[in-house]
Amino acid sequence: MSSRRSRSRQSSGSSRITDDQINDLVSKLQQLLPELRERHSDKVSAAKVLQETCNYIRNLHREVDDLTERLSELLANTDTSSAQAAIIRSLLM
Amino acid sequence: MESPLILNPETNSDRSIESRRKKKKLSNPRRSQNQNQMRWNSPAEQQNYSSKLIEALRQVRRNRNPSASLEAPTAAPSSSSNSPSRAESVPRGGRAVREAADRALAIAAKGRTRWSRAILKSRLKLKFKKRRIQRVAAVAGDNPSKRRAVSVIGLNLKEKKRSTGAQVQRKIRVLGRLVPGCRKLSLPNLLEETTDYVAALKMQIRAMTALTNLLSVSSAGASPIDRVGSTQPPTQS
Repeated sequence: MSSRRSRSRQSSGSSRITDDQINDLVSKLQQLLPELRERHSDKVSAAKVLQETCNYIRNLHREVDDLTERLSELLANTDTSSAQAAIIRSLLM
Repeated sequence: MESPLILNPETNSDRSIESRRKKKKLSNPRRSQNQNQMRWNSPAEQQNYSSKLIEALRQVRRNRNPSASLEAPTAAPSSSSNSPSRAESVPRGGRAVREAADRALAIAAKGRTRWSRAILKSRLKLKFKKRRIQRVAAVAGDNPSKRRAVSVIGLNLKEKKRSTGAQVQRKIRVLGRLVPGCRKLSLPNLLEETTDYVAALKMQIRAMTALTNLLSVSSAGASPIDRVGSTQPPTQS
């Protein structure tokens, strides 16, 4: 527990998180977001990144829901096991 | 209704892993994160997820129609039993498919991240409850497991509060609610989980889109057996 001092930039409390670490993670998150990828991180505040992330995750959830609906419909309609086996074979090879 | 055998070792290992990470230099988490991101972007991972997804979806259909006899080529990676009796709660058709897809995604994550473990744990808890009580457990059953599994390091949030405003706090809380199993996580861990979760979701969408396109093409046009090149004779019932 005492050796943490040598690694982190700030003086160690019990489990102090450095601001740089958080900024690093936030910028990494920003890279994933499609809209904020172009801008430089000093122009985008952490609050905006968090907001965009929440919106983006909600959009992704909605997309997944739509896709599962379509997928379940398609699976219900194409009941022939031969078509599925062919698809699976093409998918896995 | 607790399963301490599953939960306690995980919290201990989580804490030790987190303390180990903080001791190391900053570059180590970065390297592991790059690996994670490349993992979700690789086509091999997508194919892996697609096959797991197909298997999970077939199981859902099998559970729904116990009379339909589909051929089961490989052993199912999911934890549900293979018997036609309903071993899982199937509240609604679409919901079951979504849960199966999420579960397959969590399995593809190999349990390295907290959100994947939370997804698998919530399903497990539901199954235990159903087997004992024989009724569909509401989502309220998830909360005790999540609260216990997450190591609460409230100190970090309070420190961050000094430099961040109330708005950012609110957004952090909302984000914690969106990512499964991360409701009370410290900020850097939450951000790490979020990056992995977003990458995994993107891969999930890519895989499901490809699968949907394949299925829609096959159902619309003629059978693609000739195009695929496989020489399997059509075996229609």
